[in-house]
Order: sequence, then structure tokens, then C-alpha cells
Amino acid sequence: MRPVVKPFDDEALITVIRRLTSRMTDRAILDAFFEECEDLLVALTEGLTDMCAGQGDDETVNAVFRAVHSIKGAAGAFALDDLVGFAHKFETVLDEVRAGRLATDDALLRVLQRAGDILADLVDAAREEMPANRDQVDPVLNDLQAFLGEEEPEEEFVFEALSLDFATPAVPQRHRVSFAPTQAFYQAGNDPCQLITALADLGSTEVAVEIDELPEKFEGYVWNKGYLRWHVSVDGPETDLPIREIFEFVDDLCDLQIAFIPLSEPGENDETSSGDTALDVERGGSVEHADAVDTEQDELGPTPEDETARPAEDPARQPTAKAAATEKPAKRAAATLRVDPDRVDRLINAVGELIINQSVISQRLQEADLPNSADLFADLDDYKLLAREIQEGVMSIRAQPVKPLFQRMLRIAREAADATGKDVTLVTEGEATEVDKIVVERLADPLTHMIRNAIDHGIEKPEVRREAGKQAKGTLRLTASQRSGSIVIEIIDDGAGLNRPKIRDIAVAKGLVSAEAQLSDAEIDHLLFAPGFSTAAEVTNLSGRGVGMDVVKTAITALGGRVAISSVTGEGTTFSITLPLTLAVMDGMIITVDGQTMVVPISSIVETVRPTAADLSQIGLNNHLLRIRGDYVPIVDLGSRLGAVKSDKPLTDRVLLLIQTETVTQCAIAVDDIHDQRQIVVKSMQSNYGQITGISGATILGDGKIALIIDPEAIATGAQHAPPFPTDNTEGEAHVTSH
Amino acid sequence: MSHPTEAQSGHQEFVTLVAGGQNFCIEITQIREIRRWTPVTILPHSPAHVLGVINLRGAVIPIIDLASKLGFPKINPTERHVIIIVAIEDRIVGLLVESVSEILGVSSDEVRETPRGQEDSTTRAIQGIIPVGDDMTKIISLATLLPNEGQVAA
Repeated sequence: MRPVVKPFDDEALITVIRRLTSRMTDRAILDAFFEECEDLLVALTEGLTDMCAGQGDDETVNAVFRAVHSIKGAAGAFALDDLVGFAHKFETVLDEVRAGRLATDDALLRVLQRAGDILADLVDAAREEMPANRDQVDPVLNDLQAFLGEEEPEEEFVFEALSLDFATPAVPQRHRVSFAPTQAFYQAGNDPCQLITALADLGSTEVAVEIDELPEKFEGYVWNKGYLRWHVSVDGPETDLPIREIFEFVDDLCDLQIAFIPLSEPGENDETSSGDTALDVERGGSVEHADAVDTEQDELGPTPEDETARPAEDPARQPTAKAAATEKPAKRAAATLRVDPDRVDRLINAVGELIINQSVISQRLQEADLPNSADLFADLDDYKLLAREIQEGVMSIRAQPVKPLFQRMLRIAREAADATGKDVTLVTEGEATEVDKIVVERLADPLTHMIRNAIDHGIEKPEVRREAGKQAKGTLRLTASQRSGSIVIEIIDDGAGLNRPKIRDIAVAKGLVSAEAQLSDAEIDHLLFAPGFSTAAEVTNLSGRGVGMDVVKTAITALGGRVAISSVTGEGTTFSITLPLTLAVMDGMIITVDGQTMVVPISSIVETVRPTAADLSQIGLNNHLLRIRGDYVPIVDLGSRLGAVKSDKPLTDRVLLLIQTETVTQCAIAVDDIHDQRQIVVKSMQSNYGQITGISGATILGDGKIALIIDPEAIATGAQHAPPFPTDNTEGEAHVTSH
Repeated sequence: MSHPTEAQSGHQEFVTLVAGGQNFCIEITQIREIRRWTPVTILPHSPAHVLGVINLRGAVIPIIDLASKLGFPKINPTERHVIIIVAIEDRIVGLLVESVSEILGVSSDEVRETPRGQEDSTTRAIQGIIPVGDDMTKIISLATLLPNEGQVAA
């Protein structure tokens, strides 16, 4: 027998080769663009929502404009023509809005919102390399065009600007603009030539380029690095405002300085401007020539006006810099770091190991029973605290606000309302609430479904609402909040409430309950989540997509969460989703069952009971009840639910965990013994094995052994499972997860 | 998986092993490491050939009794038994075997198709055979071993 020692790193090699191929590189740049688009679309939706809510000011409109403009600019660099064309039209309309030439009435806002949706669709289409859906795009394009009228408004505008110049010819002004583009400037697809051309439109210009930064030799030359600084003096505009507008989109991509140079004597102005009507734009090869211009200008420099200009420049620069500094925080409120999620996950795993390692050491030291160990244990406690602190810090990296998720729901709600002919406002609250990244991703589908359901089935048509004495416009509230270690997301509608007789009828018709069953309101409500309860008889094309609420429930349970319903007839329905704060760590109680160590989440345990004979009652041979504070609670034997042989230990020698969850009012789970409570790192069973009924995951104990984490709700409600430890060998049929 | 990688490369290496008293082998690039048997944590409601899970540097790895999976009697694991950690698609799984023998280097034309006689749980898991001296060894198709196959997609 010879052990195999051989490096198995083929995967790594393949990865390297892939990285080297140019297609991957292109794709990576494109991916970065799409990532940026995501952020821009969030800003866009946010701005549009504010505008619709009547909370928009000029800055809001500007922010929306900037977002659309940036998408257009970057899309242009990738030749995404559909996207560019649409963004251009969208931007033109927004430009009219921010110039105050278009009133933001309901009709316009509606079109702008549609345009925002279409823009998001086009970005998606481009990402998937799919053609744009012209049937959807074109009507919105036409709507946008309708607001622009027939002629091109730009022409008119330029004319006005010129006439303004003529109106104030007495005070010609000179601005000295100096900008040095950074690498990012070029990467974003900007061209200094365009900026200079735009400056030339403002008045006569003088252009020079500074090439001091340029490396002497070609070695070490970085092709896209910004080595050049451009100096442009512009005669004409009275203030620096039009100049700033030109640089609006690049001011954080280049080092920009604008200095005001008052021209006292008009004569001198004439002199310079007469020679500079033609614009010299120097690029690439003609750098030397540009340099010559620069020196030439420097030689011309010691004219009176320049002498006053030079000293004036520095003090003038200061306020500009300050102004820029105060503007910045408003514009880029959230400076973020893009990190590959895999890196974060690796860090989380490592920290998880650290925590486990720490408990191993504690355990070993306690067993070692060292003399004078008090100091050692104090140090160990510090270690524990630090490890926890690191863990919290690392976990918080994954935490993301629910805001982008909620914003997607705004669109879902709008489309659902349009499709059903209902008038609904979706109000979101607590958007800043942070949850684990995975939760944000995996909640999208369940939430979409629930929002559609609420609008389709919950909220009534306007005329029905009026008859019922309600406002014609329905309100749907989507809220997120943090409550004692959990995140609670609620979907609250002010509709008609659940139609319980109908739900009951459907459930009976589908054979989910017997016609004679006496059901409480809560039990009827929960039928909605029953597998096979699809209200297919009356679904519209909106919510009837073959997904029932049971799928919603499954998705949320998979995240370690729960869903609850409460409904008041005539007043509305509330769905609340409770999710754990983090997926990777939880407080657990260590228990033993049938010789196996397991973990029960503390969050579901109400109390632990060591019963006396007087506390126990029996129904028949197998059904035991616990009497507690006058209530009779069914007892479930954890071992037999998990397929082990039923323990013959009397219940009085065992421990009962009193469990309470949304669906299970109360239940006592019998275990052999309980040990301590501790924070555990949750490991997925799914990735290498699969789902197991009654088990939500696994953790690694201090001794390095794996302990399974119990899903108390599944154990408590546990219907009949496949026979435990089946003896047949057929592939994988023993795990029937749905029942 | 049904077409082993022999198509492109002339030379292939296999790790030969014994399970249920017979010779089998696994293509070497599918193997991550080889370990001694350590006790497992039992999984409820699992098929007989799934022994349980172990902690492999922080990951939860299911362990399959290869003999049992191939239709032989279950292995009664002791310290002398070996676990071969393999990558099956994107999953990591441990296979309990009786022993690991050697690395077998063969050219791809030595790999023969499995003669199709009567289908059973063993022949289904064999993707080809390699003659070795007077005997032969059977190449295991790992994809057929996935625990919980067919319903874990979710």
C-alpha cells in the first residue's frame, strides 16, 4: 500500500490559462462596466422615486441625469448601440427637465419611470448579449420623443447663449483652465479633445499642453496613464459656470483647476483673441509642437495681464478646491470597495476556523487542569473576545442594505398594478437595514412573488375600494427592521384581507384538508403555504406562474427564516418574514440524542424542562403530552424523528425542549441530555451532500467533530418520513424532502 | 463523465484500490487526497452506503462506503481502512475503500469499454476496464456515486 503524493492543481492551471485569453479580459472589463451600471441604476431608480414622491429638487434631477449620462458614456465605449441610443433620448428629456423647460407632471414622471425600467432591461440585455426587445423599447422611445417635440432643442439653446454673450460685450472675461486627466479618465472613455472643443464653443481659446510628466524613454511608459496636463485659457464666459458644466462628468477623473483672470483692458483682450480664433488641439504625435506653444506662451507671459494672473491664481485655486471638497461628500456619499465575494467567503471560513480553534484550546486547557491557571484563562477570554470581534467585523462585510432589493420591488409593484388595472403605491421603509448578501440575493424571488400576490389578490380594484369607503389608491408597505437578533421584513397591504372561506374551499377541493375539519383562522391562513395549494382556478397571468406560496416558504426556510401571515377582513393582510441576522453564525444549544451530539438553535427554544412524572400524560401508547402551566403540549422524540431507534429511557430521565415557532404553536422535543449554549459557525450540508429533512446544517465542535443542526420546526411538524436507514441500494431515493 | 479524458491525452494515470475484495481504479486527477479512516457523524434518513460526514479542514464532507455502493457487503471500517477524497463535479466526497494499491500509468488505447452483460449497481458505476497482467482493473465513473443523486439540484 503506497500513499499517493502528487499535487492536484490542474484547476489552478486552467484558471491561469483562461485568465490569459483575451476574451476573458474583455469580458472582465465589460463585467466591471455592468457592475457599475448596477450602481448607476440604483441611483437612477432612487432619484426617479424621489421625483415621483414629489421630494425631488434640482440635485435629484441632476443625479438622475448624471446616472443616465454615465451609462450612455460607458456603453458607447463598448459599442452597445441600443443602450446608447435609448440613453441618449432619455438624457435629452432629462436635460430639458433640469433646464426647467419641461414640467414634471404625472404623465412625464410615468414615462421617465418606464424609461428607467427599459434602461435597466437594456443593460440586462446587453449583459446577456441578447438583442433588445424593440416591442418594449420603441413605444417608450416614442413617448420620450413626444416630450421633445419635433425640432432639436439644442440649436435654439445655443443661439440664446450666444445672444447673452452679445448682451454683455463690455466685460470680456478670461478663465484659465488647467486639467490633468488621470488614468481613470481615459479608462472611462473620455477624450480631452472633446473637452477642449467644448471650451472653444464658449469663446476664443488658447491651448497648451504640459509634457513634463512624460517619461524620457519609452521604457516604463504606461499607455493609458495620464501624463499630460492641458492649459486652456478661455475668453468669454462671465463666470466659470459653463466651464464647470463641461467638466461636470470628469471632475473627479482629472485634476481640474479653474482660475479667473480679470481683463482690465479690453484692448489686450482683442489682441489675444484675434490670434486665437482657430483652435489648436494637440494630440499624440504633435506633443512637441504643443510644448513649443507652451513655451511660446511662457515667453509672452510677462505681459501685465499675466503678471496679475499668476499671483492671483493660487488664492483663486484655494476656494475652488474647497468648493470641490464640500461638494464631494454629497455626490459620493458611499465610497465603497469592490471585493470579490469569494475572498470574503474565504475570510469568513478562516475566521470560523479561528473560533473553533479557540474553543478547542479552551477545552484542552480546562481538561489539562493546570495550576495557577487564572491568568491564563483571563488571557484566553481576551482571545475569545478578539476572535468574536474579528468575526463580527468580517460578517459585516457581507452585510448589505436591503435598498437595492426594495427598489427592484418598486418596479414589480408598478408593473403588477398596471397589469391588473389597480392603483397602488408601494411605500418602502427601513431600506438601510442590512442583511447578509446571500439573503438579499435569495429574497428577490420570494418578495417578487409576494408583492405580485398582494397586488393581484390583496388590493381591490379602485371602484371596489371606493364602495368600501377606502381611498381608491391602495397602499402596499414593504418594511425592513431589525428586532432582537432577527431581521423582520413585512409586506403589508390595505386590501380586502384573506378570503378564508374561499381558501378553505380550495384546500378541500385539492384534498389538502377534509371537508369536516375544524380549522382556526390561523390554520386556514397557513393553508396558503401548503404544497399543492395553487389558486390556479382564479390566477391571472400575473401571479399564476406555477409558483405557489409554498415555494416562497421553502425559499425563506432555506435561509433559516420563517413566514407568518396575519389578516383582518376588510383591512388588509400582513406577511412577515423573520430572518436570522447572519447566516454563518448562530447561538445554539448543544444536545445529545442516541449518542450523537447535535445543536438546536436557541432562537426557537422557549425553555428547557426536566419533567417529573406528574408533568406527563399519555394518549394511547405512543403519544406523550407535557402539562405545563395548564396547557398540554405534544412531546416529539427527536431520536425517532431522525430515524434512530426510539430511546427506552423514561421521559423523566430526559430533557424536553419547549419549542415555539410561527407554524407550530408549541411542541416539546425530547432529547437525551443538554449541554452548554454556544455560538456556532454554520456549515452548509447542501454543497457536498444535499438537503436532509429535519436538519438545517452542520457545525464543527471544539473537538473537530461535526454536529448536525436541528431544524426544530421540521422536527415538530415532521410528517411521516421515508423509513429510516433504508436498506436498499438504489440511488438517492431515501431523501424525500417534500412530503 | 461517460467519456474519460483518454481521448485527448495518450497517457493516463489511475489510482488502483480494493473495495469489496475486487480491484477498481479512479482517474488520478479526480482525486484530491487520501486519508485514514476517522469516525463519522451519522446522517439521519441517509441511504445505507452513506456512512455520514467528516470535517475536512472546515468543510463538511460526506463519506460513501464504496463497497456497499457497488453492491458488495458493507465495509466494517477500522483504522486500517482508507478514505479517498474525490471531486465529483463541484462536490467533494470521501470514498471508504479497503485499501489503495498503486498508481497505474497506461496509454489510452489500453482502456477498454466495459463489456455489457447483465446490468446491476456495479456495472452501472464502471466506465471502462484496463487489463493488468493476468487480471484487470475497473475504472469507476464517479458521477454515478453522487450521494443523493438527482434531487439535490435545489
